[in-house]
Amino acid sequence: MTIQANLPTSYEILATARKQVLEEGRGLTQEQLVDVLSLPDDALPAALQLAHEVRLRHCGEDVEVEGIVSIKTGGCPEDCHFCSQSGLFDSPVRGVWLDIPELVKAAKETAATGATEFCIVAAVRGPDIKLMNQIKFAIDRINEAVDINIACSLGMLTQRQVDQLKDWGVHRYNHNLETARSYFAEVVTTHSYEERLETCNMVKAAGMELCCGALIGMGESLEQRAELAAQLAALEPHEVPLNFLNPRPGTPLENQGIMDGKDALRAIAAFRLAMPRTVLRYAGGRELTLGDLGTREGLLGGINAVIVGNYLTTLGRPATADLSLLVELNMPIKELQKSL
Amino acid sequence: MSAGVSAHSDRIDRATSSFCGHCGEPDDGGAGPASDPHLRCREQLEFEPPRYCTHCRRRMKVQVTPLGWTSQCTRHGVFVQ
Ligand code: SF4
Ligand SMILES: [Zn+2]
Ligand SMILES: [Zn+2]
Repeated sequence: MTIQANLPTSYEILATARKQVLEEGRGLTQEQLVDVLSLPDDALPAALQLAHEVRLRHCGEDVEVEGIVSIKTGGCPEDCHFCSQSGLFDSPVRGVWLDIPELVKAAKETAATGATEFCIVAAVRGPDIKLMNQIKFAIDRINEAVDINIACSLGMLTQRQVDQLKDWGVHRYNHNLETARSYFAEVVTTHSYEERLETCNMVKAAGMELCCGALIGMGESLEQRAELAAQLAALEPHEVPLNFLNPRPGTPLENQGIMDGKDALRAIAAFRLAMPRTVLRYAGGRELTLGDLGTREGLLGGINAVIVGNYLTTLGRPATADLSLLVELNMPIKELQKSL
Repeated sequence: MSAGVSAHSDRIDRATSSFCGHCGEPDDGGAGPASDPHLRCREQLEFEPPRYCTHCRRRMKVQVTPLGWTSQCTRHGVFVQ
């Protein structure tokens, strides 16, 4: 009798994943991902261990460190139900712009942590000329002051804007799918999933790296979580930031509750098993959902990138806590490669 | 920090506060932790800068960067980390 035959039914998916994902490098399908997300708690350590092995074999031991900052906070005309920056909800977040010297200072501080990525974010449906001009100015000032890769997240783009950002040296563009196609209309009504996909596809076609993320714990089913992972895998983004809902006061999801930590860890393993080669980044909500120990468990369970320090409107773990953890885990910070 | 705006150090001084920095409701600190209606708010303030001025309840301009934050009340100045 083989070892595989001895495994309980619930573990069979892990034996399949070991062969399919670890050895052959093929991500799990949507149906297979449902099996991973449904694993019992006692199978979770094995799932995380396998996801970690997949990450080490297909991505290596490096961890990519990034800082993010909001150049324009709040007052967004869109209605993403999880977002405290929508101007349509009674949220305490006030509209505010960060001036360029402050932005450059933030880029320098980020680089000093060893981070190689600095993402400039604006709470907008898409950029107007004023914002594009600000971004161009900001990019030039940051490039003069510090050596760091610049990414942007400015909402939905036109082809001309994609081309401009590419010309200005933006090497990666973030635009999240957030949730499964079948759940999208439950959480956003002012634009469609297809519009989001369109921007993602333009970014890829222009040769920029696509960063396309997920936000889980918004009331989606396990099947929809698997659907999201499969839809992201089909897009083949360079990076997937994985966020966990932090229910914000005043938003329609304020009473959603914080997702179960073990479900969050199952999702981490599942996303890695769906996308063996993608940069899988711990993003917002990890502190709240998983506590202090969660960062370690995630980094040993498929995650190979972190957002260092604070998020856009909320606070993260101290940068030093994450950086010392990387030293302790013997995971080197990925070095700067000005690839584009 | 803008000219003419005073700087307060770090977190809000509860002894002189009248409002909760997280939810903006009146805050007298409660008789003790058990009766403190803002206990959860104080936990939340570990994960988010104060958004309401604790002196006058105005919504503040909050800026968060990877390694710091500021919350600015047009009347009472800037809280920084
Ligand atoms: S488009 Fe972005 S900033 Fe605007 S509401 Fe949606 S998530 Fe928030
Ligand atoms: Zn309160
Ligand atoms: Zn005030």
